[in-house]
Amino acid sequence: MANDTVLDIRSLKVDFDTPTGPIAAVKGVDIEVGAGETVAIVGESGSGKSQTMMAAMGLLASNGRTSGVVIYGGQNILGLSTGKLNKIRGARITMIFQEPMTSLDQLYTVGRQLAEPMVVHGGLSWKQAQAKALELLKLVNIPEPERKLKAYPYEMSGGQRQRVMIAMALANDPDVLIADEPTTALDVTTQAQILELLRDLQKRLGMAVIFITHDLGIVRQIADRVYVMKTGEVVETGRTQEIFSRPAHPYTRMLLDAEPAGSKPAVPPQAPVLLEAQKVEVEFALDGGFLRPKHVLRAVDGVSFVLRRGQTLGVVGESGSGKSTLGRAILNLLPAGGRVVYQGGVITGKSRREMKALRRNMQLVFQDPFGSLSPRMTVGQIISEGLLVHEPSLSARERDRRACLALEEVSLDPATRNRYPHEFSGGQRQRIAIARTMVLKPDLVVLDEPTSALDRTIQKQIVELLRELQAAHGLTYIFISHDLAVVRAIADTVMVMKRGQVVEAGPTQNIFEAPRETYTRELIRAAMLTQERLAGPLPA
Amino acid sequence: MSRYVLGRLLGAIPTIFLIVTISFFLIRVAPGGPFDLERPLEAKVMENLNKIYHLDEPLWTQYLLYLRSISQLDFGPSFYFRDFTINELFAASLPISIQLGLSALCLALAVGGMLGVVAALRQNGPADYGVMAAATLGVTIPNFVVAPVLTLVLGVWLGWLPVGGWGDGAFVNKVLPVVTLALPQIAVIARLTRGSMIEALRSNHVRTARAYGLTAYMVIGVHALRGAILPVVSYLGPAAAALLTGSVVVETIFGIPGIGRYFVQGALNRDYTLVMGTVVVVACFVIIFNLIVDLLYALLDPRVRYD
Repeated sequence: MANDTVLDIRSLKVDFDTPTGPIAAVKGVDIEVGAGETVAIVGESGSGKSQTMMAAMGLLASNGRTSGVVIYGGQNILGLSTGKLNKIRGARITMIFQEPMTSLDQLYTVGRQLAEPMVVHGGLSWKQAQAKALELLKLVNIPEPERKLKAYPYEMSGGQRQRVMIAMALANDPDVLIADEPTTALDVTTQAQILELLRDLQKRLGMAVIFITHDLGIVRQIADRVYVMKTGEVVETGRTQEIFSRPAHPYTRMLLDAEPAGSKPAVPPQAPVLLEAQKVEVEFALDGGFLRPKHVLRAVDGVSFVLRRGQTLGVVGESGSGKSTLGRAILNLLPAGGRVVYQGGVITGKSRREMKALRRNMQLVFQDPFGSLSPRMTVGQIISEGLLVHEPSLSARERDRRACLALEEVSLDPATRNRYPHEFSGGQRQRIAIARTMVLKPDLVVLDEPTSALDRTIQKQIVELLRELQAAHGLTYIFISHDLAVVRAIADTVMVMKRGQVVEAGPTQNIFEAPRETYTRELIRAAMLTQERLAGPLPA
Repeated sequence: MSRYVLGRLLGAIPTIFLIVTISFFLIRVAPGGPFDLERPLEAKVMENLNKIYHLDEPLWTQYLLYLRSISQLDFGPSFYFRDFTINELFAASLPISIQLGLSALCLALAVGGMLGVVAALRQNGPADYGVMAAATLGVTIPNFVVAPVLTLVLGVWLGWLPVGGWGDGAFVNKVLPVVTLALPQIAVIARLTRGSMIEALRSNHVRTARAYGLTAYMVIGVHALRGAILPVVSYLGPAAAALLTGSVVVETIFGIPGIGRYFVQGALNRDYTLVMGTVVVVACFVIIFNLIVDLLYALLDPRVRYD
């Protein structure tokens, strides 16, 4: 291991005081990083990987307590006074966070925020700091750096904001850069660019990097050594190559095996057509404001497809490509042009009343398992609510029975139906959301990024559950996702969208094995880095 | 920017017109008139009075007459204070009320904001509980209780401050009424600031500021407070209007010749022009304060820009 250790964390413990008693989030963790080394900390959400680094930097929430030793530059920085710690934070050790949308202050310009740490730590004047900020923006390859210096964070894309954060992290030439899931919230192609940038900058500037992530594909690409964390403990550590080729701990093996596998059995071509979309269009009139002219955004631009009963259509694209809007337009949830034919009848332009009878057959599952369930209703109420509308004659007892059946179907204990959503994990909530649609026995389910907010291992389970339900009830899915690995495991046909248009479409196997468009290839390359890890050679 | 302000001010004209119309007819619906005394006046006198004040003409003619005079910023003669026009009454009393209200607002903003920030920084500590308890008291104890108690302690027992009167705006005369008027606002602003400040201190961008070792002033004053003060700014519009109109009790207790007492007297005496005058003045203030608040908001938050 490294002799020239720059940051040495020894038996670090983190406890949180909660109303129900203390919770041990980190239970004695040892992590060390050598100069110029890249170390990855891997684990699922709740494994304590972020809290370990937050604690080391003195950034815990006020109810957190730490013990242990964190040695930087020959002294223990844990429990140092804020004043002394501030000589290190932001100067010698810097951080990048997961949420590019909120990690920058929306009320100040990018230039001002970049300059702040340089003024505080580097003793630069505001003017010198602004000049250096411009240099940094050029270093992280932001287009039009002069203009971006005066821009506010809300005027930038997620990828650009993350570049600004990286620029900020590099401003004072740090020894250690802690990157906490820096690419998780980004599109796959942006992810690849940010990773490339980080790798390139590390090579040039030679700082040590601690990379916190749940994504093994990234680890394999970027890390020299890996720490695998589970429920507050490091269960395995070693060189990246060893971990990937000879995982010792069962948890590591499970993580490596968490890729959604298999594919969906094909549907016979003579299966009846359930849904047909003909040149579907959605336009949003963007309000220009006082003197700016209004302009029209074509969110969905002439999309056509045919969906047979029992099929799954995977709709793939980056954020802003119009895939979610398409899903809503298909269900006639927003005004759209073109025609949607469902079971032989045109549903485009039907009124809410006319749609009501069809609604029960066409259901929708949302991405956010935390926001899409009402926190004030029990799980049983949430699941059976649809029955109140579509089968008002049912007795309360019968509704309850149906809710129990639906819960069993998604492998949840029916005894939990009187609990509230906050008592469930993300994966369980997504099962509840699926149960809510299943209780109505629909034909068509539009799944809008149902696995994107979940850990890989949970994603795999949800994908398997969806496949089982489809086989059992002959369901037809429209599966919207930016994650090609998941789409590959569930879809018969794939449609790649970009700026509202279909760039490429075809059977899943064809798309993955012989993509025609560069955009598709880019998406696949970015997403399949994880897949290669067991088969392909490791980077030198 | 100036275009936006001009637009907003022009947009206020129909609003004021509606307010004038509705309140003009509403007060006429109320039974009785300005000259109905306990002992009725002689018929001849009454007729003359009605003639002088155009009360004998049909209602809509009176309405048009009133609209014409108000468009020339003439609020007409007072029916009750016989020798004065409404303009004269307001010229004497409005500046006093404005001074009182604005001083109270500034005091509330400074003290309430500070208390809120302190409470947020010491969340769930003794200082926090102290501030919040005081804030609850401040909201619940009405000013007609606070005023006499303050007068008794500081004016009568300790003899530090005069117990009443305006004294031509001398500073010592202002202290008690301004403090009394500001107390409930201090309480509300402290609560608002504390709430949004706690949220701001937990937000990701403040975490970034702390992770980059910025000074306490930069973390709290520059990055947390600017966002946290926005809800308080939104509250300032209604608060300013409330201070201006809510000074009736305070002005009465401390014997201050402000605009507040005209609300009550005007309404009770069916002094039509006085009531209309106060309504229009208050409406104008509400509109202006809301405009100021919106501009202030845009100044603080770059995502809201009016051009």
